[in-house]
Amino acid sequence: MSEPCAVVGVGQTHHKSRRRDVSFAGLVREAAVRALEDAHMTWADIEAVIIGKAPDLFEGVMKPELYLSDALGGAGKPVFRVHTAGSVGGATAIVAAHHIQSRVHRRVLALAFEKQSEGNTQFALGSGRGASLGAGGAFAPFMRAYIQRSGAPEHIGWKVAVKDRLNALRNPHAHLKIEDISIEKVKESPMMWDPIRYLESCPSSDGACAVVLTDQQGGKEAAAAGRPPAWILGTAVRSEPGNFPGRDPVRPQGAVDCAWDLYRQAGITDPRHQIDMAELYVPFSWYEPMWLEAHDIAERGEGWKMVDRDETALGGSFPVNTSGGVLSSNPIGASGLLRFAEAANQVRGMSGAMQVDGARVALAQAYGANAQYFAMWVVASSLQPFG
Amino acid sequence: MPESTDIAIVAWGMTPMVRHTDQTEPGLLRVAIGQAVERAGVSRQEIDFTCEGSCDYISGATFSFVQNIGALGAWPPKRDSHVEMDGAWAFYEAWVRLLHGDIQTALVTGSGRSSTAEPSLIYPMEMDPYYLAPLGADPATLAALQARALLDAGKITERQMAEVAARSRRVAQDNPYAQVRGDFDVEELLASDYVRDPLRRHDLPPISDGACAVVLATADKARELCERPAWVSGIAHRSEVHNPALRDLTDSVGTRDAALAAGLDLSADSIDVAELQAAFSHEELLLRASLGLSERTEINPSGGALAANPIMATGLVRIAEAARQIIENGRQKTLAHSTSGPCLQQNLVCILEARP
Repeated sequence: MSEPCAVVGVGQTHHKSRRRDVSFAGLVREAAVRALEDAHMTWADIEAVIIGKAPDLFEGVMKPELYLSDALGGAGKPVFRVHTAGSVGGATAIVAAHHIQSRVHRRVLALAFEKQSEGNTQFALGSGRGASLGAGGAFAPFMRAYIQRSGAPEHIGWKVAVKDRLNALRNPHAHLKIEDISIEKVKESPMMWDPIRYLESCPSSDGACAVVLTDQQGGKEAAAAGRPPAWILGTAVRSEPGNFPGRDPVRPQGAVDCAWDLYRQAGITDPRHQIDMAELYVPFSWYEPMWLEAHDIAERGEGWKMVDRDETALGGSFPVNTSGGVLSSNPIGASGLLRFAEAANQVRGMSGAMQVDGARVALAQAYGANAQYFAMWVVASSLQPFG
Repeated sequence: MPESTDIAIVAWGMTPMVRHTDQTEPGLLRVAIGQAVERAGVSRQEIDFTCEGSCDYISGATFSFVQNIGALGAWPPKRDSHVEMDGAWAFYEAWVRLLHGDIQTALVTGSGRSSTAEPSLIYPMEMDPYYLAPLGADPATLAALQARALLDAGKITERQMAEVAARSRRVAQDNPYAQVRGDFDVEELLASDYVRDPLRRHDLPPISDGACAVVLATADKARELCERPAWVSGIAHRSEVHNPALRDLTDSVGTRDAALAAGLDLSADSIDVAELQAAFSHEELLLRASLGLSERTEINPSGGALAANPIMATGLVRIAEAARQIIENGRQKTLAHSTSGPCLQQNLVCILEARP
């Protein structure tokens, strides 16, 4: 039986195109200090540091956890570096949780970051050899296949983009704040990778996110002190090869298996109704209905209808990405951890203007590479939210 | 240190370590994993969890590890993770995961093809990007600074360094996976020129391509899969301050702290064999002293990193070799060490033992 694990601290930077005011160390420290303050802890309380980020070639610093060890109070402690492509932020939280659940440590700091302005992501994605499609180019065929398969009308993508950008206006840390966002504005923005238009795409951000995790005793102490923890009901990861005959990249088996492994742990049989909100990794608008279906929150072919009926909007019956999501802030390595952290804050009741009323159970997800790496967790306001 | 779930190494696999191979990294992993699962007597599909250690900069490509999962047989989709660290840390993650007790087996890999790039150009990029990377100090340069500190402190001699190098390459003659082997005369070694004063060519590791795989299992499964499993009695790792100038380079505090956290009794003199990731000859002497290992402990019977240094797998090879000493050679207690970063910044210690 593994140890119950709680999130008791969350911190993040203000995400921007260029954080020229801080070094790598300054950036990660900003998020980490905020998470420690939120957890009412100091560096001395942290027993291990788990660092995640996307490819090192994005910034040109190899294995940066070596250098960042100092800034994160890592000297004399275990410092661990996770890298599972775009899902890495989620995987970082999960590996950190494993250190608690296995009783190896009692208080762990999970931190993920990206400082995209230090390099050229498009160049790095092609391993410096040029001719990179970029992430949008890689995912566009999957999104087209979804549209063809589901018969979804083209305005669905625009609606997701408008919703997430409106949500971002409520998020003090969000990178993109487009006050006059509208369906017309999205629709008229330049086509990037058909069907994805400019305003349906994620930005390139500098930013970091940090989460403090602790055991059952730590979680209970925080609760007793009036600082509600987010209890982890389950974590799951899955990987599958990115290309082989018969693979379905629109509804990857890994996405399905990961979700059901998670639901089983959390005691969820009806995700659509037992989960109150979700933070899903949606770097391009169409991925919202795609993940709603691949994770069996919506029936096959019904995900886009949830979007069309505004059910995924703040105030809807199943809010998705109330933070503005990856569409509004994309420090790549941190983008996954931001999903996990925002979901935790929702069940802690600490999401401010983004708060979903009565959120008790929240889902977070991140995916990576050729839609083949998945990391998910479910957090709740108590260890037995379903009675 | 949790005491709940007992975990053991039941099988291993590795490629021959070579100066350059035209095989791809997934190709190397396919060989190492194939050996490991065959020895364990399980199929790839039966493995519950996988974790890989590799590095994009070594492989020379972004997301290089994504190709590697082809060698895992990750279909149906697997519980899987990857660390941008030596496979020894992937082993650590698998150990943490198995402690949950809900799954039984894990496969861990480390892989790297250092031949695809010039390590002396790549490695400075792992340093502090503002103050240290611009100096362009390569691993040999940094290692030379540490060797000089040890020599100046009177803790080692150049002759001892040459003896380590000669012994490593001599015993490597019995290791079919080793790359640099042979009989070398210490006097002749000492007569050669410095590459980076005080390091001579023999004090440096080779550039190697290779991969390693290890299968772990929880208690009952381990006994089912292996006659004499190598039980993990303890494992821990520690980081130190990054800048070598801020550390006492004549000691490896992190290694000792990791060993203590892993449950090593420094006064017990209990270790039969230690496989230390000492890529430079003086590091073996330093690590041996930091761990308080006596003459009784045999160091690096595989030849160690001086005989083959497949970066990102070198540490996991140490764990595999330490496990082999128990599984195949009847030893009672062995120790494996792995390291990362300039002048032994991060260190991991794994203690393995036989059990009745």
